[in-house]
Amino acid sequence: MSNKQTFSQIAREGIWDNNVVLGQMLALCPLLAVTSTATNGLGMGLASTFVIIVSNLVVSLFRQIITEEVRIPVFVLLIAAIVTVVDMFMNAFLHELYKVLGLFIPLIVTNCAILGRAESFASKNKVSLAVLDGLMMGTGFIVVLVTLGAFREILGSGTLFANASLLLGNAFSFLEITFIDDYRGFLLMILPWLEKERSIKSMPGKHLILIFQ
Amino acid sequence: MATVSTPSYRKRLMYHAGLLGGMGLLASAILVLGNISTRNDIELRIKEDIKASINQVIPETMYDNDLLDDSVLIESSHAISENKNTKVYLARTQNKVTAAAFQVTGTGYAGPIDIIIGIDAHEKLLGVRVIAHAETPGLGDRIEIKKDNWIAKFTGLSLSNTSKEKWKVKKDGGVFDQFSGATITPRAVVKAIHNGLLFFSENKQQILRGTSSGSTNTNTVDTGGKNE
Repeated sequence: MSNKQTFSQIAREGIWDNNVVLGQMLALCPLLAVTSTATNGLGMGLASTFVIIVSNLVVSLFRQIITEEVRIPVFVLLIAAIVTVVDMFMNAFLHELYKVLGLFIPLIVTNCAILGRAESFASKNKVSLAVLDGLMMGTGFIVVLVTLGAFREILGSGTLFANASLLLGNAFSFLEITFIDDYRGFLLMILPWLEKERSIKSMPGKHLILIFQ
Repeated sequence: MATVSTPSYRKRLMYHAGLLGGMGLLASAILVLGNISTRNDIELRIKEDIKASINQVIPETMYDNDLLDDSVLIESSHAISENKNTKVYLARTQNKVTAAAFQVTGTGYAGPIDIIIGIDAHEKLLGVRVIAHAETPGLGDRIEIKKDNWIAKFTGLSLSNTSKEKWKVKKDGGVFDQFSGATITPRAVVKAIHNGLLFFSENKQQILRGTSSGSTNTNTVDTGGKNE
């Protein structure tokens, strides 16, 4: 990857051509776990984007002194610290959203997309490009998360952007749309596909059987 | 890394060790700063959560004290909690205990169900709410007030106006509805609430006097501090 990439190239790479999910097939775990509603997807996307930007920034800053031999532990250490700080700040200042997403925020550490960008882009490019790349990769991730979240929410609960005001403030409550009044829900769509440790009895397969009985 | 000339010192083991150590130090510094700047707010949020769940089971008009700082530790009987002691929050009006709230834990279909119970001085249920559970969405989760009115039916019940045999789901000969497709969940909730009433009744004197019976050094049960 050369330093000659222009801004528009980086933008296109991040949002579409090399999209985290659609192009690189990374970050599929948070993608499936949190997108039961569009708002959750947006919240997770914003948190991930923030982490990518800051981790790209820091990695790029230190790229001259980090040696190839120890780069992976250094990246992991930095990303883990950033994620933990995000986790604490969300708990303190976006508490309602944190109660919904709390379980998944620490999992951003294991999001390969972030380590992937640190490794393949930020460690080889100057700070401004690295930050831009983080922003664009994050934006691409948000687009996919919100789109999938919107589809699952409409099919599963009959609403769109429910609880958006918890995330964005009351000014955005107009986003909250109820498509189908008194919708009884389509469980299969909003099931958390990646379950916390649970017994096999309550795995999604069981619901499948129940729904089609 | 893609540098043209690598200085020789960078190949030394000490450099790598120093680099890792330095980064570790930097990461810890970030964490310390983050912790200092959010600690108080997080504590406040947790308190708000507890307050909010207590207010669901004890009407705010029923007390004039600061519930969160007014609690007693009572030794858990009737297996209402895994903890040795249960923290009972006291609602007072003019210094007289009028009601109490505490958490009980039942064993549901998919793990523990945490329930907060409000009981007045006459052993009558003021309100019951499920605050955390992992029951099946769409079936067992009707124990949540958000999903169904079922849990509200407990309000007003007591050991004296509902006999022991009636504290069961209808399937077992009691008075409480089970859900179609989910019997274990409501059964667990009914049992947990019944145990909570027995617990209150047995420790009534201490609770109304406001004295702890459990050892005070284990300050444990934090109602509502958990994530769902």
